[in-house]
Amino acid sequence: MPTMRERFTAVTSELLDSDPRVALILAAIGIAQFKDTGVIDRHPDRVINVGIREQLQMGFAAGMAKEGFRPIAHTYAPFLVQRPWEQIRLDFGHQGVSGILVSIGATYDEADWGRTHQAPEDVQLLAMLPDWRIHVPGHPDEVEAQLRAAVTDDINVYIRLSTQTNDRAYLASGPGFSTVRTGSGDAPTVVAVGPMLDVVIKATADLDVTLLYANTIRPFDGETLRSVLRKPEVVLVEPYLEGTSSAEVSQLLQTTPHRILSLGTSQKENRHYGTADEHFAAHGLDEAGIRNSITEFVAQRVPA
Amino acid sequence: MANATTSSNTGLGYSDLPRLMTLMTGDEKHSFSATSTLDVLWVLYNRVLNIDPDNPEDPGRDRFLLSKGHGPMAYYAVLAAKGFIPVETLPTFAQYDSILGKHPDSMLIPGVEIGSGSLGHGLPIAAGMANGLKARGSGSRVFCMVGDAESNEGSGYEAIAMAGRLNLSNLTAIVIDNKSDATGWPGGIASRFAVEGWSTADVDGRDHGAIHEALVTPHSDRPHVVVALVEPKA
Repeated sequence: MPTMRERFTAVTSELLDSDPRVALILAAIGIAQFKDTGVIDRHPDRVINVGIREQLQMGFAAGMAKEGFRPIAHTYAPFLVQRPWEQIRLDFGHQGVSGILVSIGATYDEADWGRTHQAPEDVQLLAMLPDWRIHVPGHPDEVEAQLRAAVTDDINVYIRLSTQTNDRAYLASGPGFSTVRTGSGDAPTVVAVGPMLDVVIKATADLDVTLLYANTIRPFDGETLRSVLRKPEVVLVEPYLEGTSSAEVSQLLQTTPHRILSLGTSQKENRHYGTADEHFAAHGLDEAGIRNSITEFVAQRVPA
Repeated sequence: MANATTSSNTGLGYSDLPRLMTLMTGDEKHSFSATSTLDVLWVLYNRVLNIDPDNPEDPGRDRFLLSKGHGPMAYYAVLAAKGFIPVETLPTFAQYDSILGKHPDSMLIPGVEIGSGSLGHGLPIAAGMANGLKARGSGSRVFCMVGDAESNEGSGYEAIAMAGRLNLSNLTAIVIDNKSDATGWPGGIASRFAVEGWSTADVDGRDHGAIHEALVTPHSDRPHVVVALVEPKA
């Protein structure tokens, strides 16, 4: 199976060939991959490598958008979102133009490169800005569907590629949540985001839960969540900063007494290298950690 | 192509600008910024830019980006004199329902290309616009005004370097130099652009003839910068 990054490269190259509105703004990362597909040579006016200048990358992409192009800006997540966040906020949103940001290096994908290349905060940063569609795909097929839809749209879109993938894709007709499993009337509802799905399926295999899958986390699909909710208990399992979507659930259930368990990476810097799996385990996001957290959450219910 | 803003019916000219500026009152902290840009803005809108105030979204227009959004009173006065905004809006400056803030907002003001205020954003956007126009085969030009202090921002350097590499001949930067930056510019501001492949011109920022000549100097194979020296900020 191709990786999310490989699928992104192939689909973007195809879109550059077929749609003269599409532009690709790179900041040194991805050059080798796009050289291989030939688009750098075929479209020198629409495939621009600005070098390691991420502030310029955002402003330049926004300028292309102002002239009618649909720019895709791509580099590692910490440099795409965290470093030029002010440019994203002002050069796109404030100017009333939009583009597509596609990152690699999600959360701890590049854990062995250290803190500088870890990006657990990106989704929360973009979620602070109005009207962003934020995709957290869990499978290369989802990446392709989300990217093709984003190119035809005219809103700001973030697609967060990861080396962590699920075994199968969920290709819903829209960006809403998918129901994976329905529990009993007493079951909490678990929302597994992007690449967390497979481990959540394993962690909850013998637990009574309703399980939703989200590969688009903004806008937050409260309608589907509300429709499946048997008991006002929600567990969020997000592959980035814990609590990123808990306010969305609180707002959805503001008139109902409810409980939320937000699982994700903690704010504390984990000064270790190693692998993404090791870091996720350290944050309690491995199979055992998720299972223990959900079991404890259910056990903490106040008797009626 | 026309080489100046389409004539408006306001009957207002350069001599009216000081009066128009006085209509904007309030606690504006950037009066030096406002007056420093006045003459270059007038020459741009009066003799250089191809923009129609009755059709400010015309795809064939020239683009002007005020990156140094501080002290926009001169900008608003010129826009009013040229018919982009009614003179009657000027006294509403900075009020809650006004379209005219202490930093301009492109979503509120007709003919304004970018909202600015946070420094260092204009030139990167201008470079992207210039590249987009070239990719579309458009003959429109992009002019971007920055300040000498604003030029301390790293994002501006990033754009200067890239515009030079891309030979964005449809891009002109204008640096208003009122000696307000923190550390000075060894070798002069223009040299920072020249080393990246730009053509350059230094002018007296109050001399309309010199400003005009510098702004229309041919630069068919590279971007161009005009450094307009005005009286030092007090």
